[in-house]
Amino acid sequence: MTEQNNGKPVLLTMKGLRIEGRSDETWSEIVHGIDLTLHKGEVLGLIGESGAGKSTVGLAAMGFTRDGCRISGGEIVFDGIDLMKASEATKRNLRGKRIAYVAQSAAASFNPAHKLMDQYCEAPVQHGVMGRNEAEGDAVDLYRRMQLPDPDNIGFRYPHQVSGGQLQRAMTAMAMACRPDLIIFDEPTTALDVTTQIEVLAAIRNIVEQFDTAAIYITHDLAVVAQMADRIKVLLKGDEVEEADTRSMLSTPKEDYTKSLWAVRSHARAEQPPVAADKTPVVSVKNITAGYGAVDVLMNVNFDIHERRTVAVVGESGSGKSTTARVITGLLPPRQGEILFDGKVLPPDYRRRTRDQLRQAQMIYQMADTALNPKLRIRELIGRPAQMYLGLQGKALTDRIRNLLDLIELEPDDYIDRLPAELSGGQKQRIGIARALAAEPKFIICDEVTSALDQLVAEGILKLLDKLQTEFDLAYMFITHDLATVKAIADEVVVMKEGRVIEQGPKSEMFRPPHDPYTELLLSSVPEMDPDWLTDLLRERESG
Amino acid sequence: MGFLTGLFWFVAVIAACMAAGWLFRTIAIAVTPKGVKKELRTAPLTASFGMMVIIIYIIVAVFAPLIAPFPERMVVGPEYMPWDETHLLGTDNLGRDMLSRLIFGARNTVGIAFATTALAFLIGSILGLLAATVGGWLDQALSRMVDVLMAIPALIFSLLLLTIFGTSVITLIIVIAVIDSTRVFRLARSVALNIVVMDYIEAAKLRGEGLWRLITREILPNAMAPLVAEFGLRFCFVFLAISALSFLGLGLQPPMADWGSMVKENATLIAFGDITPLLPAVAIALLTVSVNFVVDWQLHRASGLKE
Repeated sequence: MTEQNNGKPVLLTMKGLRIEGRSDETWSEIVHGIDLTLHKGEVLGLIGESGAGKSTVGLAAMGFTRDGCRISGGEIVFDGIDLMKASEATKRNLRGKRIAYVAQSAAASFNPAHKLMDQYCEAPVQHGVMGRNEAEGDAVDLYRRMQLPDPDNIGFRYPHQVSGGQLQRAMTAMAMACRPDLIIFDEPTTALDVTTQIEVLAAIRNIVEQFDTAAIYITHDLAVVAQMADRIKVLLKGDEVEEADTRSMLSTPKEDYTKSLWAVRSHARAEQPPVAADKTPVVSVKNITAGYGAVDVLMNVNFDIHERRTVAVVGESGSGKSTTARVITGLLPPRQGEILFDGKVLPPDYRRRTRDQLRQAQMIYQMADTALNPKLRIRELIGRPAQMYLGLQGKALTDRIRNLLDLIELEPDDYIDRLPAELSGGQKQRIGIARALAAEPKFIICDEVTSALDQLVAEGILKLLDKLQTEFDLAYMFITHDLATVKAIADEVVVMKEGRVIEQGPKSEMFRPPHDPYTELLLSSVPEMDPDWLTDLLRERESG
Repeated sequence: MGFLTGLFWFVAVIAACMAAGWLFRTIAIAVTPKGVKKELRTAPLTASFGMMVIIIYIIVAVFAPLIAPFPERMVVGPEYMPWDETHLLGTDNLGRDMLSRLIFGARNTVGIAFATTALAFLIGSILGLLAATVGGWLDQALSRMVDVLMAIPALIFSLLLLTIFGTSVITLIIVIAVIDSTRVFRLARSVALNIVVMDYIEAAKLRGEGLWRLITREILPNAMAPLVAEFGLRFCFVFLAISALSFLGLGLQPPMADWGSMVKENATLIAFGDITPLLPAVAIALLTVSVNFVVDWQLHRASGLKE
């Protein structure tokens, strides 16, 4: 190994690690001989698509495998202790005390029945590192270092009484409780909004530096790993692709796969000429105020969507993006205002719309898993709208289905009779797109269509949507919280916060200052591939 | 020693059952078409044994007149004759052939139980899915009505209704089906409530699908697994309910052969240490256990696929 290690001793080594997973009564190998070396105080980033074996390798660092998995070969040595041969008691003593784990979803990992403080104190008291009172004092100190609000009292709240970002920081504090030598972070910020993500990233980096803790940072977000890691290891389907220190990995990746990962964010839609002023927009949202029960979730929302244009609606969770979509589709009739389609007013309730009005506006969902009926075959999933709206039957219908499958780049003979369960995540999303296209609409709402997908797959979906737009003159409303996606696909941007439109305009204007302060915050919070980005940003925000 | 002999026989019977199940599965895999073959391979021995018993019951019920040595209602000899060559299981309290009545009983009891369960499911699942899909006042009205029906103990309620409407086979089927459909309604409604919130239902609604298509194509296929499992269990309950009612004298009326009333009619013999009157009870127990074996297997498969 030639990496810089500042002369620090080795903490963890894995040699030829092989892990098998059980499916359909047989064992198949999911990690094929991974070597890994981690020095004291060093942060190693593990990146790869889902199914690359990142989490499995991360857990193996604790000598642990998930149910249905087993370590079939290789060795794992942590600070001189061979974890493959160590007894359960030895490993139990290591876990929580010298090796800690921070899970992706803090909300699901905390026990909702106990206060944060009780859960914090469990590990140090159990392991005999410190007494209860000492642990409580220590918790407050760590909460303060993690920049949690009201550190003296936050420990006495229950998990549901603090926000997601705060929980994630509380969990990191908890992992630090015994001052472990190694922490494994498994996608700790994936479930958070960009603005919250920054705070958590800064807090994690801060505390890891302060205590000189080694860490394995697992993520699929390259820009995040660039901020956190000293060294990056790229995994693909259980094999190592390459490993290098962060700066050289970012500037000069060697392998083609790594280059393709790096290139993902380069897709950008060509600038479109401005829309003629007298042109009727396909969809026009006029003074919409809507809400559930007595609460208004949307207040006086206005925007237009033109033919062959993509309007991206951006905002944090809870900003009213999806509610706007529900109002347009007629699932939630607004209290005030109206929706115009081609200049004509649409009935507010979808049940009162004509079949043709329903056909013209289609929707693609975030979770393709729940958006496709698992018991229907693809033939029926995408054939049904064509049959219903266009009256296609028999051979004409089959031809149309095959034609649609060609459009979404899936081989018709191979896929036409499959069930959704027999498809990958990206393929399911493509079927969702085909279902929308089958109705031959003028307007499609894309609700976070790429946020559940890996970057490479998401890139493919965005390109496909772009191609289809030019081919069929479609208008898109693209709901997202990911500004990288906005850059890639949008013509116009609508920024929403707390049910109001804060700023709107063409993409080129939106990404050029001056901004509304909230837009500024959103824009500056998107991680960039520059390893100094977080440091610079924090310095800037502090001085500003 | 007696205990050991008992244990030996117990183990021997279990082993024989499992061997029969294995044999059945091997033969079934050999003769069935490809798709079914693959599913049968996943069947544990218990489920194979269960399937075998169910098939035997069906054959016996369908071909009862051919298999039974004597007609259902004919008096063929003196009362309570012991087992011999012509009357393999002896005769009953009126001198009718026990084996023949047992065979015809399969036809009556199983047939009526099946018809009742099917009717209960037809009513219960249609209304349950409708309540969940439409919601609002229809859901309220149906659910409260079902609550009222369920508040009355089932056996007492059916006794009451049968006393009022008389005890023909048709009334029996309708009364038990209506009472049991309340349970099916609750299950179908709660399963469907979890399905109607899915995005694909929203997509279907926005597409403008009608209520009937929404229920039959989008919701029902996804609710099938729990409903099929419930069908198996419900069938057993209905079966036992009919036998219990017959035992109490309000179910199938003599001289129709029915396992429940056969136990009652010949109960005197039990006092003399004869196990003949218990054979219909054994027939009931065997079918109930077999159905549950098969249902367990299907449930396991259904939950396994979700992972």
